[in-house]
Amino acid sequence: MTADQLLPLLWQAFLETAWMVMVALAVGGVCGLAIGMGLYLTRPGNLLANRPVFAVLNLAVNIVRPIPFIIFLVALGPVTRAVVGKTIGIEAFAFAMCVMSSFVFARLVEQNLVSIDPGVVEAARAMGASPLRIVRTVLIPEALSPLILGTTFLFVGVLDMSAIGGYLGAGGLGDFAIQYGYRQFDWGVTAVVVAIIIVIVQLVQWLGNTLARRALRR
Amino acid sequence: MPTATGETIISFREAAKVFDGRKGAEVRAVDGVTLDVRAGEIFGVIGYSGAGKSTLVRLVNALERTTSGAVVVDGTDLTGLSEARLRPVRAGIGMIFQQFNLLSSRTVAGNVAYPLEVAGWSAARRRERVRELLDFVGIADKADVYPAKLSGGQKQRVGIARALATNPKILLADEATSALDPETTHDVLALLQRVNRELGITVVVITHEMDVVRSICHRVAVMEHGKVVELGDAYQVFSAPTQEVTRRFVSTALKDRPSVAVIERLRTRHAGRIVTVGVDDVTGSSAHVTHVLREHGVDGTIVYGGITEVAERPYGSLTVELVGPDDAVRAALAGLRSVTDVVDHGTARDPLGAPDEGNDR
Repeated sequence: MTADQLLPLLWQAFLETAWMVMVALAVGGVCGLAIGMGLYLTRPGNLLANRPVFAVLNLAVNIVRPIPFIIFLVALGPVTRAVVGKTIGIEAFAFAMCVMSSFVFARLVEQNLVSIDPGVVEAARAMGASPLRIVRTVLIPEALSPLILGTTFLFVGVLDMSAIGGYLGAGGLGDFAIQYGYRQFDWGVTAVVVAIIIVIVQLVQWLGNTLARRALRR
Repeated sequence: MPTATGETIISFREAAKVFDGRKGAEVRAVDGVTLDVRAGEIFGVIGYSGAGKSTLVRLVNALERTTSGAVVVDGTDLTGLSEARLRPVRAGIGMIFQQFNLLSSRTVAGNVAYPLEVAGWSAARRRERVRELLDFVGIADKADVYPAKLSGGQKQRVGIARALATNPKILLADEATSALDPETTHDVLALLQRVNRELGITVVVITHEMDVVRSICHRVAVMEHGKVVELGDAYQVFSAPTQEVTRRFVSTALKDRPSVAVIERLRTRHAGRIVTVGVDDVTGSSAHVTHVLREHGVDGTIVYGGITEVAERPYGSLTVELVGPDDAVRAALAGLRSVTDVVDHGTARDPLGAPDEGNDR
């Protein structure tokens, strides 16, 4: 195929990937923050220590996270159908990405929160702050720098997941590279897609590093 | 001088805190403590690490809850209060920490404003109050700096400003100077003293350093294994410790008494009779000592010792070589005993005293 024919398709694939990644990053970011915060707060000895809740969250994260995404995609089928109404297409695929990224990010969030000095939390308690206020004004701001880096890491992970969008007919850059590059023996097309992905990752990583450094306050 | 009014502001009644240790073993961190802290005083709690003093102080603002007994703070019994009901109580008690525990994500001004935000002050009033507090602790020029850029002493000043923000009646200081060098420690202790005198705030100081107690505390409780083993006026506890642990603490702060080895060396170096006389404002001052020696025509050469202040009163001892005719020295010794504590170490030829006498005070 000629470049004139391929370019609009490439643009289309880029938009699909951008949409999937943004949705998964946003939903995964919010839900992951909530689950990760839950893990941290309910951990024995912490602010809202609750062994059963902690055990359930911890188990859920441990079960979901190690499953290869391509298998998770299929396994989640019934849930996807119940929520999205179908098991193929970009919406169904994005839904699976959202669920997986939530659990992946949850662990990242928890690990970042654990590194906060418990003394700071104790000081806030001593000043009469409620748990919700401590989450909002102590935990998130104190862990902001690593949380930004975690989000950057999540972005790359989500971009990686999006590469197999073709399996559910979700399209995207990965699908484009396989269809028009790999299967047509057109290494040039594959190389262009790979280059685009590398540039995107570089830009996002740079942005993440810059913001994280600024949030560090040192 | 003590500003204590004698009224009780914190009252522990058989207070105990038992933690579930590993393998079902119980840890009795605080074990049946009964004591009163009076309004307006600087009260010291001293003990080695693991003695339970940090847990004890956390019972005051209910960061730890008693497992039995009661803690009454400013008329409110904290026993059984819900978390939500405890929050306003905590807001009325300032606390400072060994590691300062400042929010690294906020500037100095932001840290000091934190408790004011919790208490719902308007932005304008907060700004005003923060400026006032930073002036009081002497770091007004650091308002817009992040904690990472501050020295330890400056961080603790921020901690103190933050703890005082909401005009608490009580300030809890948990090893507040333990991470600071001696000079900075002195400055921070002086600031705590100002907090007590100028603002009339009751200060509870947790420490393992007898020097801290010596320089600012009016009264002191000595803790060991979760229990208060000695309690009283700081000067009394220093001058007449009854417990072994207290004696050990006192000897770390006052190095005026010669050890056995030092006495040995003094006796070989000096031919006269070596005696140690106590100097304090209960038994005798050094003027008394001079007076007695002159009366009996005995020369007294100071060979060891030191006089310092405990709770702002003189305290210490002098070890003196007495030289003169035997009769005169004997008479002088009797005269000294009538005005102060005397320990007679004898002479090189005729040594006196038990082998461990030097450490026994």
